[in-house]
Amino acid sequence: MSLYETLRHFADSYALIVMLVLFVGLCAWPFRPGAKKRNEEAANLIFEGQDDGE
Amino acid sequence: MHAEAALGRVGLWFLVMLAAVAAALGAADSGFAAHAWLIAILGFVMIWLSASRFDPVGRAQGFFKMPDTPSRYDDDVIRWGVIATMFWGLAGLLAGVFIAAQLAFPQLNIEPYLNFGRVRPLHTSAVIFAFGGNALLATSFYVVQRTCRTQLAFPGLARFVFWGYQLFIVLAATGYLLGVTQSKEYAEPEWYVDLWLTIVWVAYFIVFVGTLAKRREPHIYVANWFYLAFIVTVAMLHIVNNLAMPVSLLGAKSYSAFAGVQDALTQWWYGHNAVGFFLTAGFLAMMYYFVPKQAERPVYSYRLSIIHFWSLIFLYIWAGPHHLHYTALPDWAQTLGMVFSIMLWMPSWGGMINGLMTLNGAWDKVRTDPIIRMMVMALAFYGMSTFEGPMLSIKSVNSLSHYTDWTIGHVHSGALGWNGLITFACVYFLVPRLWKRERMYSLRMINWHFWLATIGIVFYAASMWVAGIMQGLMWREYGPDGYLVWSFADSVSAMFPMYVLRAVGGLMYLGGAIIMSYNIWMTLAGKQREETPMRDAAYDPEADRPIVNQPTAIPAE
Repeated sequence: MSLYETLRHFADSYALIVMLVLFVGLCAWPFRPGAKKRNEEAANLIFEGQDDGE
Repeated sequence: MHAEAALGRVGLWFLVMLAAVAAALGAADSGFAAHAWLIAILGFVMIWLSASRFDPVGRAQGFFKMPDTPSRYDDDVIRWGVIATMFWGLAGLLAGVFIAAQLAFPQLNIEPYLNFGRVRPLHTSAVIFAFGGNALLATSFYVVQRTCRTQLAFPGLARFVFWGYQLFIVLAATGYLLGVTQSKEYAEPEWYVDLWLTIVWVAYFIVFVGTLAKRREPHIYVANWFYLAFIVTVAMLHIVNNLAMPVSLLGAKSYSAFAGVQDALTQWWYGHNAVGFFLTAGFLAMMYYFVPKQAERPVYSYRLSIIHFWSLIFLYIWAGPHHLHYTALPDWAQTLGMVFSIMLWMPSWGGMINGLMTLNGAWDKVRTDPIIRMMVMALAFYGMSTFEGPMLSIKSVNSLSHYTDWTIGHVHSGALGWNGLITFACVYFLVPRLWKRERMYSLRMINWHFWLATIGIVFYAASMWVAGIMQGLMWREYGPDGYLVWSFADSVSAMFPMYVLRAVGGLMYLGGAIIMSYNIWMTLAGKQREETPMRDAAYDPEADRPIVNQPTAIPAE
């Protein structure tokens, strides 16, 4: 098998699965139990201390 | 500055000047020689400035009324970035109106330096990389300091990034007019300019990551994720697409490392991800910080913003092949590009909804705050162009739209509507804060800018829809005899009214930007215009009652 074919087979098998799992995992991460409060804090951190050094 | 340090600098710049003069004298072509002379002149000016210990930046800061009071944050380079954004924005829009007029009136092609083929890349690079790039530099340095509650890491390097980037823009722009180009769309600068940009970009990465590393806030706010994705991906795209071998070390000409369809695919992998990561991820970072700040409400869903982020990262990178439908590119690659483009519709609209819903409970501000109004319109155009894009990437639609002005209209609804309006809104947000003014000189002028820009885009996009669909239909129309009905020249002459309308739209958009420049100028001067405030709806106590659950007429006993 040529290098091209080897890479091709790797790309549409293992690499594809790893990418898919990684993607789904990263998207699901903020929905893990207990993350709701952390997300709310993160969304509000830009307003803390109103002083933007202006 | 100490005498030894000044002497050392003079020596350094003298060496730069000598090397540049030598390069200019030994240059293989006139374009390279012109650029070498430009560097030599820069070196000479820097010698003179270092020797006389004259501080032109300090003087210019006085000219632009920059406050010199100590600040919690390192805002100097951001103020310069805002001024550069406005300057290059005006230059790029003016070039755009000029080439739009050239298409309608070919007599305006002034040979050789100002013909369409040379001014067109000047326009695209000026608006994308000079206007958009400076806006991204300025806002990224602003946002990363505020959200990390720390000052810029490596302040000297941050200044090098800014001034080095301006040198890149000047070299690229003068190169196009002199005919120095490697003919790759949005990557026209030749090898030596590309190398310079690589150095500047690595410095940018170091400053940004260094600032993130010394943050005093445990969480990295999502806007910084988008900025970092923009910086890293643009570095990767720029380096791979510009792999080339120069013909000589003292000549401008180089040849790409790739050939044929591989070269085309690399170019559009670069080209489409320049849209995806420069014009989308970077500007989304602006959206995720400045829209909540201006609306004074947190982003609608922080979780959605994270999904938005990862979906863009994972999907955008595969969409490039849709630029090569019905070419020598293998069919599976074209289909892959199309499928990923269509999937991109979802995260794009997720992001648009996230931005718009941030205004939930603050929608009344659209009435009274023209900056919010501009942000809403920018998000609306982001939604429209990210719907239109996937649609155009479908092969059967693309067979009609490809190579027509429909594509140009699509690009401009994204660039003028999304990138332009969100940048203007952010600059309006930044200027009073950076110059420590209470507010902009005039809110009503922002409103004028908003309407001129919006109507200008409508003129532009509508005329290009008509033009593009007409072109596509004329090119494919066969008569009963089996021959094409129209010659190409027929389709060109039929475009004239649409080209004129497009130039009118561009002129309106430029007019809005000129009003903005005046408004900023007066704000810098510390003035406030006497004007009636933006009107809210008149209060009508009669109408102030719930619509539903009204007690109906009391039934008869």
